[in-house]
Amino acid sequence: MIMGGLSSCFLLLIILMLAADLMFTSFDDFKAALLKPEIQAAFRLTLLSCSAATILALWVAVPLGYLLSRYQFFGRTVVDTLVDIPIVLPPLVLGLSLLILFHISIGGWELEDFLRNRVGFPVTYRWPAVVLAQFGVATAFAVRTMRVTFDQIDPRAEDVARTLGCSRGQAFLLIALPQAWRGILASATVAWARALGEFGPILVFAGATRMRTEVLSTTVFLELSVGELDAAVAVSLLMVAMAVVVLLLLRALGTGPSS
Amino acid sequence: MIELLDVSIQAGAFSLKNVSLSIPKGEYAVLMGRTGFGKTTILEAICGLRAIVSGQILIDGIDVTQKAPADRLIGYVPQDLALFPNLDVRSHLEFALRIRKQSRALIAERVNELAKILGIVHLIDRSIDKLSGGESQRVALGRAISFRPSVLLLDEPLSALDETTRNQMQELLRQVTRASQVTTLHITHNEDEAIALADRRFHLEDGQLTRR
Repeated sequence: MIMGGLSSCFLLLIILMLAADLMFTSFDDFKAALLKPEIQAAFRLTLLSCSAATILALWVAVPLGYLLSRYQFFGRTVVDTLVDIPIVLPPLVLGLSLLILFHISIGGWELEDFLRNRVGFPVTYRWPAVVLAQFGVATAFAVRTMRVTFDQIDPRAEDVARTLGCSRGQAFLLIALPQAWRGILASATVAWARALGEFGPILVFAGATRMRTEVLSTTVFLELSVGELDAAVAVSLLMVAMAVVVLLLLRALGTGPSS
Repeated sequence: MIELLDVSIQAGAFSLKNVSLSIPKGEYAVLMGRTGFGKTTILEAICGLRAIVSGQILIDGIDVTQKAPADRLIGYVPQDLALFPNLDVRSHLEFALRIRKQSRALIAERVNELAKILGIVHLIDRSIDKLSGGESQRVALGRAISFRPSVLLLDEPLSALDETTRNQMQELLRQVTRASQVTTLHITHNEDEAIALADRRFHLEDGQLTRR
């Protein structure tokens, strides 16, 4: 009875928050906000940066999740702990740390300076900084999901594949990876959702320049800061809708490997 | 031929010390002993899935102690079969041959041959989750012998089968191993199975491997 009551309170809070958002705005306000060029640019950058961060996160998460699931190696605990740091770190600290990393001078050499002048690929306060900030947190969650996925896949099949002539790499690619497809999709969904919700690191590391480094989470902040509450709520509802789609997708896929 | 020379294995708190055995080429050996005494550990060491602390493992006179499992040319059927959930029956039989980059014609010929020998022609395009216990055993056996290994290791392959299927599988094992002259080491708890199949028998107890 008490547990039911407490659960109901939480669910009621979420429903009331969403209902308040919906009541605050009208369809016309929503339409007007979404027609603003700045918000459309932010929507495009959000879709692109979240997708780029997700693809990059998977490239790291799949092999690292497999490594942590299957192998005992020196420093494994350290690696395991390091992966979790972006999850527990305050978002602003993550952004500040990225900013410092790119601008700290080591014997006169600076990473941002090198990337801008030598490689021709400036990062800070530009779109790559948005992707990198999103990648930092999204990857940590993706690695966790992939590790659980591989933990649930019996390694015996990979062992047998090795007796049949496979190297460890072939056993991974031919046996483990095809079984992990649902986990990979779940991992991608989690990474994408986390990237969508990222704000603090983006604000510090990429800034909030309209039409350049503005994503939907920064749009809410920018619209609020200029007193455009209607637009802020409309964008918030758009993000809620995107998050709900992602969560429904995640629920449909499940988090385990294919049976 | 399988030879273990003073092999010691450490697996966590469990250890086996100075285990030696010899199985001549083409013979069918059965290894018996109580659960938890290290029979599976010995099989895993022979096929290279478990590192040994000391000693030598020889296959057909060649020292394979330091070789990767892929290079030992050993067919292995684990107790849980460990069939590949993402592959159908045909793909299981093709797997080792594809890894070895055999020609399509040769792979097709070998798969057809195996399917006939194992009596699984009608199952060849079936998903493995739609196989019975006996059918799964046949597929696991086919996968293990597909690349004509010189050694076959079987870890309680018939333990989960009913009596009729077990008798059929015993007959099949006898036919397949005799025809291919593969040297076989088979773990079982079943005395009748040992009597029916074994050319020689070993018993593992308290870390001591003895021939019976």
